[in-house]
Amino acid sequence: MKRNVGAFILLALGVTFVVIGCLRGEPMTVLRKAATLCLECIGIG
Amino acid sequence: MRMKRGIYRFRLWIQIAFAALSNGYVAGFFKTRLYSGALKQVCLPGLNCYACPGALGSCPIGALQSVLGDRNFKMSFYVLGTLMIFGALLGRLVCGFLCPFGLVQDLLHKIPSKKIQRMPLDRWLRWLKYVVLAVFVLWLPLFAVNIVGQGSPWFCKWICPSGTLMGGIPQMLMSESLRESAGFLFSWKMFILLALLTLSVFSYRPFCKYLCPLGAIYAVTNRFSLFRFQLDERKCTHCGACARSCKMGVNMSKTQNHPECIRCGDCQSACPEGAISSGFTHTTRCSGQCSPQCSGASPAPDSPARDHSPD
Repeated sequence: MKRNVGAFILLALGVTFVVIGCLRGEPMTVLRKAATLCLECIGIG
Repeated sequence: MRMKRGIYRFRLWIQIAFAALSNGYVAGFFKTRLYSGALKQVCLPGLNCYACPGALGSCPIGALQSVLGDRNFKMSFYVLGTLMIFGALLGRLVCGFLCPFGLVQDLLHKIPSKKIQRMPLDRWLRWLKYVVLAVFVLWLPLFAVNIVGQGSPWFCKWICPSGTLMGGIPQMLMSESLRESAGFLFSWKMFILLALLTLSVFSYRPFCKYLCPLGAIYAVTNRFSLFRFQLDERKCTHCGACARSCKMGVNMSKTQNHPECIRCGDCQSACPEGAISSGFTHTTRCSGQCSPQCSGASPAPDSPARDHSPD
């Protein structure tokens, strides 16, 4: 059975990127932004 | 007809369940505090504003802009990696099944009215979402920075109707101080939201077709995502029923993994021959000898039969 090579490359790249991102501490930046009210998102600016 | 209703209801229930699940922090609707637990580090697959009082996860587009705009990073491996995983697995199935703003547009389009099958300049307007992605989500947050090197989430600030609907309106209703602070920006965002919601009644998912940067990312991955549609050429009579049923303007008999296909399944329901199937299956360059059920007739990604323009 031939596999969809493109999808698996993208999947592997995605997992690698997520691991690198976690090692750099990016999830904490996401949490910091998401846990406080985003004034830009709600239209206050 | 029964099958069509079955697929529609199945998709509708998945959409409702996922929207409720990802915005299931009920306490947020009663007190003016957002959920701030560890789950909020996780990016959801669809456009789900993290300013929504019930949001349990993060919007990937908002998260991408916040990391790109952060003076310490300027590149977001975490969010891009998450989007790659969703894209590689599901492609635009996310748009069809897992996006709360897609659900809102779907419901509005159910309102009986005269429907616009194809908007003027449709072919060109489809490219607008890629411009929005490049300019408002990537370029401006990266380079339009303040004195300390911090960028703004430009897409969230000036365009995102999901943020206004899911975050802005509930937060304004809950807080008097926010209502007093609302000015031109809120009016502008309300104008965009109302324009898109009104248009959704007459035209199918205008935001997804023309403006959504998340849709643009998943559109790129749709060509090779693991979830795919297949056409059995031996069964297909080229009657055109699939093309007529597709509200996204895709001709399934020409191309099964078009960037605009949101995997809603309308074409599958419409096909009188049952020639269209879907699933996490292989399709590319299949010789037809891998299983007794396989037709082996699906065109390869680079075959001339593939047409990547909206039909």
